[in-house]
Amino acid sequence: MTARIQIPPQAKRGEIVEIRVLIQHAMETGYRHDDVGRLIKRNVIKLFSCRYNGVEVFRADLSSGISANPYLQFCAVAEASGDFEFYWIDDEGRQDSERQSIAVSG
Amino acid sequence: MKRGARLVLAAALAATAFAVGAALAQERAIPPGELKSGSAFLGADLRALQNDDFANPGTLWVERGEKLWSAPAGKDAQSCASCHRDARSSMRGVAAGYPRIDTASGKLSNLEGRINSCRVERMGAEPFRYESEEMLSITAYVARQSRGLPIAASIDGAARAHFDTGRAAYYQRRGQMNLSCAHCHEANWGKRLLSETISQGHPNAYPAYRMEWQTMGSLERRLRACLSGIRAEMLPYGSPDYLDLELFLAWRAQGLPIETPGVRR
Amino acid sequence: MKRRDFLAGLAGSLALPGAAFAQADSLDPLVLVLAKGAPVKKGKVKLVLPQLADNGNSVPIHITVDSPMTASDHVASIHLYSERNPVSNMANFYLGPRAGKAEIVSRVRLAGSQRVTAVAKLSDGSFWYDAAPVVVTLSACLDES
Repeated sequence: MTARIQIPPQAKRGEIVEIRVLIQHAMETGYRHDDVGRLIKRNVIKLFSCRYNGVEVFRADLSSGISANPYLQFCAVAEASGDFEFYWIDDEGRQDSERQSIAVSG
Repeated sequence: MKRGARLVLAAALAATAFAVGAALAQERAIPPGELKSGSAFLGADLRALQNDDFANPGTLWVERGEKLWSAPAGKDAQSCASCHRDARSSMRGVAAGYPRIDTASGKLSNLEGRINSCRVERMGAEPFRYESEEMLSITAYVARQSRGLPIAASIDGAARAHFDTGRAAYYQRRGQMNLSCAHCHEANWGKRLLSETISQGHPNAYPAYRMEWQTMGSLERRLRACLSGIRAEMLPYGSPDYLDLELFLAWRAQGLPIETPGVRR
Repeated sequence: MKRRDFLAGLAGSLALPGAAFAQADSLDPLVLVLAKGAPVKKGKVKLVLPQLADNGNSVPIHITVDSPMTASDHVASIHLYSERNPVSNMANFYLGPRAGKAEIVSRVRLAGSQRVTAVAKLSDGSFWYDAAPVVVTLSACLDES
């Protein structure tokens, strides 16, 4: 799964930073048919979470109602230098994660 | 839905059908000053999405293509980068010149065909299948390097015969609705078809992320969608008829900037 | 797509957005399950969708909740409901004071013109919502390839 995650590389302490996430995933609804008419099984990213220095700051339960190649944007308060860890898993159990660092000053 | 929409389409277009034959002249039916990219016919949201370098979903394929560019393949474990080095400079403007005559074979080739001949003949690797994630990614990455540059395909020399065939195909009525490309995209662009505004039908954003597909697709996939829409025969991917038509489309759009990865309805 | 759906969609796309959604808000039964009998009041939540969406496969959605997002007073979760999708609970977002700001942007699939509802659960246990009507237009050039 190709994923693009954007956080500012640095921020001031207390600053609210914007986090943008774009993940390549069909978010298969379970209502579509393939070329020979068989129903394609539902397979969506069902859980996405973001932890900041080990503490969860954002989590989402997603469904077939979220567009293919899902886009998520949310916020977090820059508290200390460290890592943002992103994790997601789909219905078929395929999981992925990414880690990005932020330098917090002040 | 199909039947309802098609009846509307047929009714809307029948009236103007006779006017199109006159456009067969050598001059472009849409003069350069009136050329409008498909993005001009989008709603504000999708236009903003295309212009958002982060959220544009096509960027996922561009990013994958960047990795493929330097991924070794074939018997000598060569990659695109082994010969072409940094695509950001070596591929700048390249996609804008396609389709073009391949100097070695003398055949007309689009970007997909050129990449596969590189893979098969130079790298000894398997060709990428049309519409595979790999092909869409690598073409998106290469075409992305020409973003902002005007389409500049040549119709001189050996390309001329292909251009003539492609032009004839463009104005050829076909399918159960008996429409040519020109009936929508030259005689009626800018008018409404249901909630849609008919575009001029330019190829400058492909491969593009189309909402209808919920994924990336090539120009040929878009052409096939048009053919399906007018209930005409769809040819296999990469067939010479498509290549000739792609050359005519490129000439017709000459000067429009490349927008890959485009976002379309 | 079935002819019937097409006609229904066409009728929907011809109606004015305001007129189509003039009836009083009635909340999804799942919202009542979520709130477990607590009142769900209109306010605090601001849900923004385009009035007219180009394509139902990807409609931008912007949710903000008016909250100081402090340890004692913050948004605990936001729940998104569709009136016409086969799965009405489209997404649940869990956040807290460390978010700093209760703001979420995403893109959703909408099976036709409808009203979308966002419900926020605050740290004090109260529930607030906003609803937005959206007309999803039908594409004339569908694809069978």
